[in-house]
This record gives sequence, C-alpha cells and structure tokens, in this order.
Amino acid sequence: MPSAVEGAVDGPLGLLAELTYRCPLHCSYCSNPIDLAAHTDELTTAEWQRVLAEARELGVLQLHLSGGEPLLRRDLTEIVRTAGELGLYTNLITSALGLTPRRAEQLLAAGLDHVQISLQADEAALSDRLAGTPSFERKLAAARLVKELGWPLTLNVVLHRHNVDRLAAVLDLAEQLEADRIELAHTQYYGWALRNRDGLLPSRAQLERAQGVVRAAHERLQGRMQVIYVLPDYHSRYPKPCMGGWGRRQLTVVPDGDVLPCPTAHTLPLPRASVREHPLAWIWEQSPLFQRFRGTDWMPDPCRSCDRRELDFGGCRCQAFQLTGDAARTDPVCHLSPDHGLVAEAVAAADEGARPRDAVLTPRPHLAARRSR
Amino acid sequence: MRSTAPVPTASSADRPRLARHVRLRFDPARGRHVLLMPEAVTVLNGTGAAVLELCDGQRTVAGIVAELRGRYEHVDDDEVRRFVDRLAARRCLVLGDREAGRA
Repeated sequence: MPSAVEGAVDGPLGLLAELTYRCPLHCSYCSNPIDLAAHTDELTTAEWQRVLAEARELGVLQLHLSGGEPLLRRDLTEIVRTAGELGLYTNLITSALGLTPRRAEQLLAAGLDHVQISLQADEAALSDRLAGTPSFERKLAAARLVKELGWPLTLNVVLHRHNVDRLAAVLDLAEQLEADRIELAHTQYYGWALRNRDGLLPSRAQLERAQGVVRAAHERLQGRMQVIYVLPDYHSRYPKPCMGGWGRRQLTVVPDGDVLPCPTAHTLPLPRASVREHPLAWIWEQSPLFQRFRGTDWMPDPCRSCDRRELDFGGCRCQAFQLTGDAARTDPVCHLSPDHGLVAEAVAAADEGARPRDAVLTPRPHLAARRSR
Repeated sequence: MRSTAPVPTASSADRPRLARHVRLRFDPARGRHVLLMPEAVTVLNGTGAAVLELCDGQRTVAGIVAELRGRYEHVDDDEVRRFVDRLAARRCLVLGDREAGRA
C-alpha cells in the first residue's frame, strides 16, 4: 500500500484487544507478562466500547479478541456486538475453554466473524500436560461446535521442542476436525516463553523434519485446508518484520488500558500510554511511545544502511532489549547483528541435546483478578 | 514453501461468492472498499470492489461481465476471470458450482 502524505501517519489496520490476562491454561510458552498481577485492573465494558469506536475512527478494520482467555470476560458478547455495529471484522482467539453451546450461539448472534482455537498437541495426555490442565477433550468439542454453527475454523498451534515432532498427527487431527486453516507458529520468546526458552527451543533436526511434514501437508491439503507455517525467528537469517513495523499497521490494548505497538512492548523502558488518559488517536499519532521506533530514522547500523530496512524494520525491539539491554539495537536474530552470537549460542545449545528432553518448564500461574465490572 | 499446484481457473459458468470468513466492507476512514479476512486486509480499487459486489453466488462470471459492461466502457472478460482466479487462489472467493451444497 502506498504511504500517505509526508508527515501524516497512516491509520492502523488491526487492533489486538487483550481483554484479560486471566487464563485457565498454564502454558509455559505464554508471552503474557511475567508480572501478571500488575495488570488486573481491567477496562470496563463501556471503556472497551469507547476504545473500539475510537479505533474504528482511526482506521482500524480488524479486531482480534485475545488475552489471556477472552471468554473469561462476561461482557465478551457485548464487546463483539459493539465491534460488529462499528463495522469491525471480529476474530476471537481462544483456548476454547468456556465456549459452551450457549456462549457460542450468543457470540454468533452478536456477529462474531471468525474463531481461532489453540491446540497444544494431537492427543490428550501431552496436550493436557502442556496446557497444565485437562482441556484437550473440551477443545475438540468446541472445535466441532464452531463448525456446526457454520463459522470457519482456524486452529492455532504454538510449536516447540515438546510437540514439534507430533506435527503430522496434529495435521491429521486438524483434517478430522475439518479446520479451514491451521496456523503453525514456532514459539516466540517473550514473557514466560523467554523464561523457559532453553526448555522450549527445538533442535535443527526437529525443525528439518517439521518442514518436510509441512511441505507434504501443503500439497496433500491444497484447496481444503490452508496451512500457515511460521518459521522460528531464532533459526532464520533475518529477523521477522515485527508487527509489520513499529506503529505502522497494528496496535495492542492490554487489559488495563495501556496501548502498545506490540503485545510485549511493556517490557521496554518507554513512557506508557493509556486509553484511560489519552484519546487513541493521540496515542497512535503523537505519543512518545509510538513515535520512538516508527519509520527508519531511529535505526543503528547495520540496519540503517541495509536494503531490507523497509522489509523487516530492524526486527523486534523487545527481542533486542531482552537480549542486549538496548531496545534500539538490531534484532540479534539477524545474522548481520553484532549481537547475533547471543542467539547462535542458544540455538547451538538446543542442537547439542545435552539437556534432558523434559527440562523443567515453569508454567505461567493463574491470575486472581480484580475486575472493574 | 509455496505449492506449485495449479490455481483454480474460473469459467464463465462459475458462480463466485465470498468465502464464509471474508467480508466486503466500505471503509469511510480510507474512502475505499476493503476485503477483510482473519489475518489480512485488502484495500480494493473501484473496479475490484464492483466485481466483488456482484460475486453473490447467483450470478455467473459471464453475468458479472455483462453487468459490468452496462456500467463501464471497457470490460475485459479475461481480466475479470483472472481477478476471480487470484481471489479464489487466496480463498477469498469460492467458485459456486464446485462447492454447491455448502452453506
């Protein structure tokens, strides 16, 4: 898309609404903040409705409802209805726990456009162990319900050392469930996942096998199920274009109303911006937080002079900060980064297989929430 | 990773319609029609929007072309079919005849 007039900031296309950090699952690869308890003062229904109206006015077209588990918000149906009335495309990203027939029918009637259900594995024992709670059978029931109600079904699977070898069986399960799409995304190392990184990183041999499985699935399922495979950035030569560029296409609103260029940007030492204090348009267009890494002027070398600077935007600011302590450095995932050794070491350690396969993973805890409503 | 399998080729008798997960909307913020899917937004030009508004699962591709010819001076049958093809390959459109019976 062509960029707008010089000086003007294009409006965002997508809003990720993290309605709550509460979640019935305890996945060790969760990218929610480590300090969950600091984010329990959730926005009210009316506050979310105002945020959605402001977002629509700013140009947002897609609303991703996530968390935590968005179904734990008792006002989810009201939020979906408001979004639909505003003309937003609504996408629910859920563990499916709590997606009862009654709840699903209410959401359908409220105009929910699309449902994405997370799967941890292809069978109950492993899935329930990874999720930290019995959930597999309920997920399957909910996936079938989604199809029965006529929604398209997307399955999301976060891949890591403990389930990547089950990929073929996961795809078989998706086929049985008649999923329309499946997103297979390797773990991104933020929040709890970063804490558990050494127990989650797959080996290169595992990745190569997985790629073979995905290639075969693309051919076999052509025209029936869309298979989206997101390569792990730790094993790539170049970094991911995080959020399509800082403050360029997407924004995230977290449970307590802080607005972020990406869901993990609260880890960065930058000034906060909250919908409780400022209009969304000011935050997007003018706040120091959104201006900080917008465009390419902030870039150091090697990004500054790199041909790919408008392709990957220097990679991920959070990853740069987490690994080097400086959010303005090139993402160490890039093989051109002077800090690339930090990533290469972790990847090499995963290849050695010196660690026991069942390294102890820290599950993310429950969150006892203080709700506003 | 991309498959090399051939994309569907729309015939004049196909009756394309938007896939279930796809919404066609007018975006007042941009003054353009947009095609919305779970993970993508496509901003359409005027002709693209005109074609898609006619993809209702009732009209055939030939019917869509005829309808467009009533509105625009130059309508290229092949161009419309290629556009339908491209969107079918991206699973934004289903070619009605092939999926008859699906809701």
